[in-house]
Amino acid sequence: MDGYFGSYAVVAVLIVIGVVIYVGALTINRLLSPIRPSAEKLLTYECGVDPVGEGWAQTQVRYYVFTYLYVVFAVDAVFLFPWATVFADPGFGLTTLVEMFVFLGFIALGILYAWRKGVLSWT
Amino acid sequence: MTLDLVLRIALIVGAFLLLPLIVGQTEHKVMAHMQARLGPMYAGRFHGWAQLIADGVKFMQKEDVVPAAADRRVFTLAPAVALVPYLVVLVVIPVGPGLVGRDLDAGLFFVLAVMGVGVLGAVMAGWSSGNKYSVLGGMRAAAQLTSYELPLVLAASSVAMAAGTLSLPGIVSAWQWWWLPWQAIGMVVFFIAGLAELRRPPFDMPIAESELIMGPFTEYTGIRFALFMLSEYAGIVVLSALTTVLFLGGWHGPLLPGVVWTLVKIFILAFIVIWVRVSYPRLREDQLQRLAWAWLVPLALLQLALTGVVKVAFL
Repeated sequence: MDGYFGSYAVVAVLIVIGVVIYVGALTINRLLSPIRPSAEKLLTYECGVDPVGEGWAQTQVRYYVFTYLYVVFAVDAVFLFPWATVFADPGFGLTTLVEMFVFLGFIALGILYAWRKGVLSWT
Repeated sequence: MTLDLVLRIALIVGAFLLLPLIVGQTEHKVMAHMQARLGPMYAGRFHGWAQLIADGVKFMQKEDVVPAAADRRVFTLAPAVALVPYLVVLVVIPVGPGLVGRDLDAGLFFVLAVMGVGVLGAVMAGWSSGNKYSVLGGMRAAAQLTSYELPLVLAASSVAMAAGTLSLPGIVSAWQWWWLPWQAIGMVVFFIAGLAELRRPPFDMPIAESELIMGPFTEYTGIRFALFMLSEYAGIVVLSALTTVLFLGGWHGPLLPGVVWTLVKIFILAFIVIWVRVSYPRLREDQLQRLAWAWLVPLALLQLALTGVVKVAFL
């Protein structure tokens, strides 16, 4: 298990082991536990009162803006990683540093914009 | 060669199954004593050391209930999605010089990507339960995870800049003691954002038992619930280990062997995680978002600027 794909073969082995642990735990559970379903037992649990309406109730999703913000910035942040490993190599230095401040400026400006738009304050 | 690999994988799986239990038991006892209680004292006779084993045996015998209203397939899969990534992450975390499951070139990136998968478990659980409380909890979890992922990634990339590599053993090898003050802001940001990713108190808004019962995990029973709990404590171990490796110099330290130093640092951080839980009240949802966007992200950007300037000017 050498080389690039070999390394990730180890990762694949661990994923398989994780799944085996999960399935194993469930199997033991199935062997040891009683299985006696009843209509009341399978009812959705909402503090003991019978549930009203569907579980996937319509809710006001205030959080979607954070998801937008995240998508915008996280995609930028991914580019940091390849850059981070080489930015101080001989021949780069000052140029990449200026580039970094341009990058940070963009992100800071984005957050400032979101702030001024009132996205970050709770209504 | 193969034997070596099998041994490493066996050690990783062993650590994955054992360390979360130790942290869990420590939490029982530490919380109890901080609140002037004794905590578990009966199971196993000596200070209740076998409490979590007893809990495990109990969970094993509980009926596995899938509510009629739930999306069955997603519901049954969610605990695995929450748990398995924390096992996989351990493969790249070094505990001593050369003592690592596998030194991946893109180790840091791999860790962040896989941990991102782990948090999906809570969102899947919340949505598939078909329960209003679970849906609300799942939404809160999703909002929290997206907000805190950004400072986490930025703080981690600051370390990658300082070390000039993404390999975790490479980062620890490059570590010097003066990185502590240099990367201090990044460390605090990373640790707080990591706590929020794990939904540990004071960031347990998605679970908030006083208003949402148990949030995304309301409908879970028996072994699946136990696996969610295990994933929470495995998450504490992984977060403490990552903070140790990235910011606290991993195996570096005087006198004692490297592995001991790594474990000591991990357990000190795990203790802090427990301590924070006992000390701080839960943050409200708007305070939570404000902390992420108005404090952690700007601080992480400041750390990036500091890292870049120092590295180019002085190194």
